[in-house]
Amino acid sequence: MIERPGEYSLRAPAAAHHDHGHEHGESEATSTTVFGFWVYLMSDCVLFGTLFAVYAVLAPNTAGGPTPGELFELPFVLTETFLLLFSSVTFGYGMLAARAGRRRATLLWLAVTFAFGAGFLGMELHEFGKFVAEGAGPQRSAFLSGFFGLVGTHGIHVAAGLAWIVAMMAQVVLYGFEEAVLRRLMCLSLFWHFLDVVWICVFTIVYLLGVLNHA
Amino acid sequence: MFGKLTLDAIPFHDPIIMGAGAGVMLGGLALAALVTRLGRWRWLWTEYITSVDHKKIGIMYIVLALVMLLRGFADAVMMRTHQMIAVGENTGYLPPEHYDQVFTAHGVIMIFFVAMPFVAGLTNLIVPLQIGARDVAYPFLNSLSFWLTASGAALVNVSLVVGEFAKTGWAAYPPLSGIAYSPDVGVDYYIWSLQIAGLGSLLTGVNFFVTILRMRAPGMKLMEMPIFTWSALCTNVLIIAAFPILTVTLALLGMDRYLDAHFFTNDLGGSQMMYVNLFWAWGHPEVYILILPAFGIFSEVTATFSEKRLFGYRFMVWALVGITVLSFVVWLHHFFTMGAGANVNAFFGISTMFIAIPTGVKVFNWLFTMYRGRLHFTPPLLWTIGFIVTFAIGGMTGVLLAMPGADFVLHNSLFLVAHFHNVIIGGALFGYLAGLNYWFPKAFGFTLDERLGKASFWCWLVGFYIAFMPLYALGLMGMTRRLNHIADPAWQPWLIAASVGTAIIGLGVVLTVVQLVVSIRNRAQRLDLTGDPWNGRTLEWSMASPPPFYNFARIPEVYGIDSWNASKARGEQISPPADYADIHMPRNTAVGFVISGFLTAFGFAMVWHIWWLAIAGALGAVASFVWRAFDRDVDYMVPAAEVRRIEEAHLVRAGGEAR
Repeated sequence: MIERPGEYSLRAPAAAHHDHGHEHGESEATSTTVFGFWVYLMSDCVLFGTLFAVYAVLAPNTAGGPTPGELFELPFVLTETFLLLFSSVTFGYGMLAARAGRRRATLLWLAVTFAFGAGFLGMELHEFGKFVAEGAGPQRSAFLSGFFGLVGTHGIHVAAGLAWIVAMMAQVVLYGFEEAVLRRLMCLSLFWHFLDVVWICVFTIVYLLGVLNHA
Repeated sequence: MFGKLTLDAIPFHDPIIMGAGAGVMLGGLALAALVTRLGRWRWLWTEYITSVDHKKIGIMYIVLALVMLLRGFADAVMMRTHQMIAVGENTGYLPPEHYDQVFTAHGVIMIFFVAMPFVAGLTNLIVPLQIGARDVAYPFLNSLSFWLTASGAALVNVSLVVGEFAKTGWAAYPPLSGIAYSPDVGVDYYIWSLQIAGLGSLLTGVNFFVTILRMRAPGMKLMEMPIFTWSALCTNVLIIAAFPILTVTLALLGMDRYLDAHFFTNDLGGSQMMYVNLFWAWGHPEVYILILPAFGIFSEVTATFSEKRLFGYRFMVWALVGITVLSFVVWLHHFFTMGAGANVNAFFGISTMFIAIPTGVKVFNWLFTMYRGRLHFTPPLLWTIGFIVTFAIGGMTGVLLAMPGADFVLHNSLFLVAHFHNVIIGGALFGYLAGLNYWFPKAFGFTLDERLGKASFWCWLVGFYIAFMPLYALGLMGMTRRLNHIADPAWQPWLIAASVGTAIIGLGVVLTVVQLVVSIRNRAQRLDLTGDPWNGRTLEWSMASPPPFYNFARIPEVYGIDSWNASKARGEQISPPADYADIHMPRNTAVGFVISGFLTAFGFAMVWHIWWLAIAGALGAVASFVWRAFDRDVDYMVPAAEVRRIEEAHLVRAGGEAR
């Protein structure tokens, strides 16, 4: 028998027995994952914050090249913006349908979200292509380097989000609304709305203020 | 087909590099032969490479750190011996383009591939045990993090033989690191190895932040967490907040190099000083990422080997938190000479001096913990006492450098080099080695040889002073850092003294290796069957060594600080639980290893502009990650009967020894 303490883990009082770690209920596991994803998004916030700071420093440095006022076409960018904003609304409907366990509706809303997101990305790529063709690529000036760095990073995030939507549609088809699928949908939803918030800042700081200040 | 890569990339003409490369390859082959002979490949694969167990991952991190320490130390030896002889007529034995790679690689390796993995390793090994958890929040991501770090280390080592490493210094300031002045692949190796390893660090940060906040045993309040766990929490906050800045900075430097962008160039509106600001906005929090865990280790060691509760626990915690916050408002002291103006410099000078306050609080708390304690002069405690003395000196030279006026004179000199080695070796590294000696028995079930541990400590301590005190003098005499040739013969005696010190440190390194080898060979006599060889105070000592893969058969309840010590003091009858429950565990997976393999190929391909391989590597990594998301067989239950068998076997062993 045991002769001194030290050989075994602490005895848990039998009455107050809480299971922990992997034995949490499934919803506990979900809330841990969603919390962790929030933390990741905060680190992404720092990432975008750094890019915004860089852009703010470099925006005046057009080096004799095109200025924001000469390059940006606000109606075009506004259309782009609304595509992304609508995609957030449709994703919201998708989440409502998923919580209600309606598979077809979820898939439909995800597909609509994908279409809006792809439209946004297509317009952005079109704009990038136009700038490059006009000789206003990232190599033209520090302002344009900053522009492509910031807006491009957002675009890469949107592209990753689109791939994630496809993967989640496949999971919904294959597995239905099991715990893990719902959990991932919640994370994707956070991610997608986060990209919207970042884009609002991009639209304001890069495009609106750009046209105002550097006409 | 192979981008910029040709056979010319391998420096056949350089005997030093080829010798080192051949040595590494022969060593690798010998290791592979040994594993084959012992028939241990399958064991290595199932028990370590694919493991998602935080303890195994922690061990792999520490092995990586120790191996890279040897490489980084070899670089240090080359620098010291070269500077010692390259005086006057003599040009030394390292041509400038090689010497510049050596000091860059030394810095990068020591910071990113020794200190960071050591921190991650000790955190992995101990934090879940200290908080009474079965694993970390995301075991698969944990495995991925380790392999990403290993991937970055692999790229650095490949650069030794294929091509070259950066010749810019470890901070890689532009415009020198820009494509105009560094057209070769060295800086690209730097960028991609740090990006891949940095992603691993970020994931570790998120993982442990969530683990500590969400998975503590019931009853453990934040203000009752073991102090090492507190230091890990602060460290991971710093990682989450600081590493994205490094990611952006290196990505923008990459855009300058690959897409001809102008973030940091001299022309077309770029701002090189923005790079320096961004780099240190990450870089200063980074030095606290390295030192805070060491502070945590010293606190644990001091309390345990003084047989006293840590003096001023609350002050310790608030000092950690204060340092965490302050570390973000001092970055400009790395470049007072930028010319930001007197007011800006004054702000950052004063904020820097403020950090000395919480640090001083900690030093006094350690001293008061020892005061009237029952001290056991084991190697961990020796490292701690050596640290307190050495770190106090390094801290004072730091406060000196925090004065912009003094900094204008000492900036970029060997005085600075002496200062940061004083705090990184005498602070961080001493802490990791204390932690290694302290927690080794927890990881492996036997203790490390004390005599060899003490001998190693004394060599490190004495060697450190002989190697670095002369550098303070040289700095005051005006010697700048990173010199390939010494113009003033008056400096030579000091450099010779520094080399002697390096040799003594080298003896300490050798003794550490010998200590490990001898202890492993004599492990049968060094077994610790109780799991609590030091009469420890925190939960990690309440279980078997090495702990069972599920850590706790029953999750403990915690009441107050030092809960393991408290229950021993109460003489609480520790008995096996009446019933065992099934335990839910994650399955091993090779996906982290595979993703990192693809990313290593991706990084290598980006360095050499092998675009098809870069695309394949990136796609492979993404596809493996998605494949993992579709794998639903990721966990399993350990049956209660199996838990009972393992626990009772431990009781028999421990009981046998107690009798």
